[in-house]
Amino acid sequence: MKVEWLSKTHISVQKLNVFYEGHHALKDVTVDIPEKQITCIIGPSGCGKTTFLKSLDRLIDLTENVEATGRILFDGIDVLDKQVDILDIRKRMGLIAQTPNPLPMSIYDNVAYGLRIHGTSDKRELDEAVERCLQVSSLWSEVKNRLMEPASKLSAGQQQRLCLARALAVRPEVLLCDEPTSSLDPISAGHIERQLFALRQDYTIVFVTHTLRQARRLADHVIFLYLGELIEHGPTETIFTQPNDPRTKAYVEGAFG
Amino acid sequence: MILSVIVVLGSLVSVLVVILVRGAPALSVSMLTQSSTGGYYLGGAGGILNAIVGSAYLVCGATGIALVISLPTALYLNEYASRSRLASFARQSLDVLWSVPSIIYGVFGFTIMVYFGIRASLLGGILALAMLELPIMIRAMDEVMRMVPLKLKESSYALGATKLETALNVIVRQALPGVTMGVLLAVGRAIGDAASVLFTAGYTDSIPRSLFDPVASLPLAVFFQLATPFPEVQQRAYASGLILLVIVLSLSVASRILTRRAAAYAIK
Repeated sequence: MKVEWLSKTHISVQKLNVFYEGHHALKDVTVDIPEKQITCIIGPSGCGKTTFLKSLDRLIDLTENVEATGRILFDGIDVLDKQVDILDIRKRMGLIAQTPNPLPMSIYDNVAYGLRIHGTSDKRELDEAVERCLQVSSLWSEVKNRLMEPASKLSAGQQQRLCLARALAVRPEVLLCDEPTSSLDPISAGHIERQLFALRQDYTIVFVTHTLRQARRLADHVIFLYLGELIEHGPTETIFTQPNDPRTKAYVEGAFG
Repeated sequence: MILSVIVVLGSLVSVLVVILVRGAPALSVSMLTQSSTGGYYLGGAGGILNAIVGSAYLVCGATGIALVISLPTALYLNEYASRSRLASFARQSLDVLWSVPSIIYGVFGFTIMVYFGIRASLLGGILALAMLELPIMIRAMDEVMRMVPLKLKESSYALGATKLETALNVIVRQALPGVTMGVLLAVGRAIGDAASVLFTAGYTDSIPRSLFDPVASLPLAVFFQLATPFPEVQQRAYASGLILLVIVLSLSVASRILTRRAAAYAIK
């Protein structure tokens, strides 16, 4: 079924160590993330899933006293290299956060924001991009008549789809999703999930979740993190049915976490 | 708790009543439309248009200058130097400056003006009031910017925004209601302040033609009228106070409306 498994590597993480105020959050993580597939990161709370995700586009820089060592090769560029143009890297990796986080502006401006900061000012171009991205996140029909309203007036589920549209607007190659459905009601969560599943044809998706069933539904590839260590990774079916490590087996069977 | 509400409301209402009862009878159209004349303080004809316009000039100028300085300073304190020693030292100093009595600003401004040989003028008054407003504005803005949630900044950075873009587009917009409040706090203090303009702006019966002319102000108009021995002029002092009060109240209402409009876009 998962014939794309041999797909080429998009992000190669090599010996990634992250220290957070003296706490060793990620220990020697080495893993390849395949292109145009969904890679789910599973593991109990506090195992470093979010830290891993935010290392990929160096959003961990925003937190103080964080140090990352190792290499994260994204199309051959080392993201952790301080010389690298991190703004361009971040533009190429969209982020969908755990709770919807629209910007304090109108629906339209939220989607247009990324394009504007990267230099697009042409009204027609912006209009087109806003419509296209809202279509993809299937929010367009609900908001097309109130694009100038504050984004905060949307429901949580709509806000999350708006955030998806905002991330897509800058034409990223990778989508980093940090439990994007965990704060939503089941119907909105299903919405987002289906959209992301459809988007895997065009985007490399890294998806953090603590819901095993969600990982099983979505993932092509699963990474299991436990206490900051990468225990096991591989195709979804293998991880869920024939895990090598007893800890993986215990976790996917629901013994802890 | 009820008692404290009664005390607060009671004192507010009694101030209003006293000013209304004493000032309203003396209030006239000519007070608003005419400047003072020589005989005005003896009970003659005239008004306090010079002081109303003077106060408007002073406060607009001072607020403009203070705003241009405070906004970048508050952003800098939050986004560029948030936990540095410099920032905590700056915050501490600003808190001290906030509580410095305004007469000190007046005397300080006056000393500098004497040194440069400038006489009491609109410019001097504007600068003294700007100094008075600065700590209030910066600290008020600083506090609201500190409340901007990290996840909001994160969503901007995640799109590849720079610090400056995030500061100007996201933080300022999110903090806008609080920024408006900060400006109003500062304006409220500046428009009612007599001590800092006493030496720096002077007082005159005419409306200034240039930045280097002396200028009248409402608080000083109240003060000078009340200081005369004539009951009818004293009554006009209350009327002037009433005008000042109405201006401050309408500013407050206007800012509430503005704040609410700005808050519509803010993320809760």
